[in-house]
Amino acid sequence: MTRSVFLFLSAFLACGVEMVEALTIVLAVGVTRGWRSTLIGAGAATLALAALIGALGPAISSVPIDTLRLVVGALLLVFGLQWLRKAILRASGYKPLHDEAAAFEKERAEAGQAEGGGPWTLDWYSFTVSFKGVFLEGVEVAFIVITFGAAQHNGVATAATAAAAALVVVLGAGLVVRAPLSRVPENTLKFAVGLLLSTFGTFWSAEGAGVSWPGEDGALLGILGLLLITSLLAVRVLRHEHGLPRLSPARRAGEA
Amino acid sequence: MRFLGAFVRFWYDFIIGDDWVIAVGVVAALALTALVADRGLTAWWVMPVAVIGLLAGSLRRGLRGSSPERVERPEP
Repeated sequence: MTRSVFLFLSAFLACGVEMVEALTIVLAVGVTRGWRSTLIGAGAATLALAALIGALGPAISSVPIDTLRLVVGALLLVFGLQWLRKAILRASGYKPLHDEAAAFEKERAEAGQAEGGGPWTLDWYSFTVSFKGVFLEGVEVAFIVITFGAAQHNGVATAATAAAAALVVVLGAGLVVRAPLSRVPENTLKFAVGLLLSTFGTFWSAEGAGVSWPGEDGALLGILGLLLITSLLAVRVLRHEHGLPRLSPARRAGEA
Repeated sequence: MRFLGAFVRFWYDFIIGDDWVIAVGVVAALALTALVADRGLTAWWVMPVAVIGLLAGSLRRGLRGSSPERVERPEP
């Protein structure tokens, strides 16, 4: 009994951490670029994951997870750095604040015209980033369920129940924070998305290349802090070079 | 054929974007990380250092592409 409770709690927490990572990416992309394509990407990743698990069963632990981390991490890092670069240039006054939104709307309008139907048009950036985040984390959750559960009789069922409970809690948390997030100024959100994608990208790609992070998943906070400080310093230096005043807290909220 | 063109353009924009050096730099940094880790040395510091260097370099290149006309000034 004690072992089952311990297994449930361990699997719940470990799966919860992975799900929060996926939720962070989905929320960040959904709030900044729109929910429809982001949720379709998350749904498609869930279906792909279900198909993979259905096809492989316990053999899913033979999926080359390090290769998956390397590829997904590298792609997220490249995309995240481009967002971060644009957000820093915007906050420093070197780029118009709403250029990306205007470009996105233009692309969407053009795509809608070209394909003859707006409702069916997808924002492939949102779809792809959301898909990758959910799929990679989903594979990691499946790994946790199988590896944690394999050690004891009926362990996989206990670990799977814990993963399902973690999913309900994390989804509930996502619904709660969605509304407050949508009130954050647009460029601040884009800045945050660039930081988050670069952080996860750095973490996963390095793990895929063979790195063991000190503090394991806790290293994510260290990478995020480092990138945040570097980015804010860059904004400050560039604003100074540009002859603009330092951001006051009120303006920082809208421009950073 | 049009789908193939859009597919290629999407991945080109996703990976190359405004600054191809970022993509090349990330691949080079990951290769260096794998090399250092493979030799049994501490490798976790390589990517954070590389990412900061790539970001700084990309910002510099971004500034060169900003003409004074495009620069936004705060309203008085």
